[in-house]
Amino acid sequence: MLKIENLHVRLEEGGKEIIKGLDLTVGAGEVHAVMGPNGSGKSTLSYALSGRDGYEVTAGTAMMGDVDLLAIDPEARAAAGLFLAFQYPVEIPGVSNMVFLRTALNAQRKAQGRPGYSSAQFLKLIREKAATLDIDADMLKRAVNVGFSGGEKKRNEILQMAVLEPMMCILDETDSGLDVDAMKLVAHGVNALRAQDRSFLVITHYQRLLDHIKPDVVHIMADGRIIRTGGPELALEVENNGYADILREVA
Amino acid sequence: MALANLKQEATGTRLAAAVVPPGGVWATQARRAALARVAEMGLPGRRDEYWRFTNPETLNAVQAPEAAAFDAGDEAPAFADVARLRVVFVDGVFDAAQSDDLSGEGLEIARLADVAQSDIHWARDLFGVLEAGGQHPVPRPLAALNTATATDGVVIRATSVVERPVELVLQHRDADSDVALHHVIRVEDGASLTLLESGAGAARLNTVAEVDLGHGAQFHHIRVQGRDHDRRAVTGLFARIAEGAVFKSFTLTFNGRLTRNEVVMDITGDDANAHVAGVALGDGRAFHHDDTVFVTHGALAGESRQVFKKVLRNGATGVFQGKILVRPGAQKTDGYQISQSLLLDGDSTFIAKPELEIWADDVKCSHGSTSGAIDEQALYYLRSRGVPLVEAQDLLVLAFVAEALEEIADERLADDLRGRLEGWLNRHRG
Repeated sequence: MLKIENLHVRLEEGGKEIIKGLDLTVGAGEVHAVMGPNGSGKSTLSYALSGRDGYEVTAGTAMMGDVDLLAIDPEARAAAGLFLAFQYPVEIPGVSNMVFLRTALNAQRKAQGRPGYSSAQFLKLIREKAATLDIDADMLKRAVNVGFSGGEKKRNEILQMAVLEPMMCILDETDSGLDVDAMKLVAHGVNALRAQDRSFLVITHYQRLLDHIKPDVVHIMADGRIIRTGGPELALEVENNGYADILREVA
Repeated sequence: MALANLKQEATGTRLAAAVVPPGGVWATQARRAALARVAEMGLPGRRDEYWRFTNPETLNAVQAPEAAAFDAGDEAPAFADVARLRVVFVDGVFDAAQSDDLSGEGLEIARLADVAQSDIHWARDLFGVLEAGGQHPVPRPLAALNTATATDGVVIRATSVVERPVELVLQHRDADSDVALHHVIRVEDGASLTLLESGAGAARLNTVAEVDLGHGAQFHHIRVQGRDHDRRAVTGLFARIAEGAVFKSFTLTFNGRLTRNEVVMDITGDDANAHVAGVALGDGRAFHHDDTVFVTHGALAGESRQVFKKVLRNGATGVFQGKILVRPGAQKTDGYQISQSLLLDGDSTFIAKPELEIWADDVKCSHGSTSGAIDEQALYYLRSRGVPLVEAQDLLVLAFVAEALEEIADERLADDLRGRLEGWLNRHRG
């Protein structure tokens, strides 16, 4: 589903290299976790994959199926099935959540050559999806993420994922700023989306999210590379011993 | 001294060319008095405090610069979905064939050209009166010139709640038309009226509307100025707002070489509301748009709002000058003022001059002004969800102007304008 080879990314401002030859392959229907200490390049990886300005790919490839992600605009990546759940969801005053979601969904469907949703069809769809994430009508009417609590913002990200039904989902520290109940709700939303043809890359600092979203594979990232790959037990090892041991081993 | 002489000269030349239309005694007196006001004030000059950011030269000139009429193609006319009474002027000339029958329930409506011939008419107490009252402390010579020379316009009296809006359809055909229209509107106690206005009206258009609201009266004004690229317009809206009355005016402006919209709102009764709002979208160096507002709170617990948004690109210029004056004793006044611009590139300019003058001690007045670019983070967020760049930009522009559009009470009318905004953005991409 996602195949990253020898990826190098640097910040346009200052030119500092953050990702330094990263290889990562996620198979269809799999859940992979990427863990690593602060500053290891986890968020940069998610931005580079989704096409954020300011992150320059200097070498390497990132293929999603047969789509060359790095060759196309962010909106085309999304239409091809890539979704990034933001660590810090952006507030958009003046645009209601409903309008935002419908615009995004219909834009993607148009790009895919499929018919758009009418207002009535969309309303039905959104109500179903929102109910499972405990998102009420008021949250849908309000401007995108404006005045939302941390938990509401993250649930809103998962709602977008549920509505857009991407093939490849990247969750960038979705657990940050969440209490246990909110995390369970978010994890439940993600688990409900797990499918044969949908893959997940879960970026997190902590094991605790992985208690709820069980990964098939765990990668440890440090200094812009994957330094160790293993099963779920690797996350437990990090939880118990921290990153220091692994980093020392590799060094 | 040179500038002062220049101003005197411009005034003299224009006044010499001014023609006072024929009329009855009261109308002629009012027009002559207005002409005298212009002579006394002089036409606007660059040294005048409220003309520092807008060059009045082409508004002052005897000859109006040419402007080709705009071809809107197959686009539906403004407010097409709303049942309304249409009064059509083509380059300032009343067009009976295109207009509806000038009558309606709770409504007296006539042309100024006819009314001005009469010996006695209620409009006598308002014609040129509210305009003259609005000349202090800030002179508005082009409005006085309008009173003196306007050949036509509408005179409307609403005596009850008028359901069907009146629309002034101002069509522009001739490239060298120079038009002054003057409207007098009285909304009686407890009555209400919606006035719509659309079109460029002329190559150079000067309009004045004097609006007098009785106790508890309501007046809603929604205007779409013509899209003709080279047109020039100077408009003056003078409102006197009595106890418990509501005055609301909204203007949407696309294109135009020069637009100066002046609004003078005078709150004379307690618990009255004075709201004025506008959205202007300009593309190109030739675009210059100026909102100049003066609100006077002269009574208790008045509420005023000024909400202006301008979207500027490719070297366009926007100006906002807004003043709130709270007179001694006008306690519990609530005045709000916001002017914002969205600059879509580094070339465009927005100038804002907010002013507060407060002579009462128990009032709430706030003002704010911002100028900024499209929010890059929001743009990326939208794109990451599959919304193409141009659509994402449009969505953010619409979001930016949303607050001003919300000032329109009637949702149908607001939707009509929203559709027009989307259309304009569609045509001005890239």
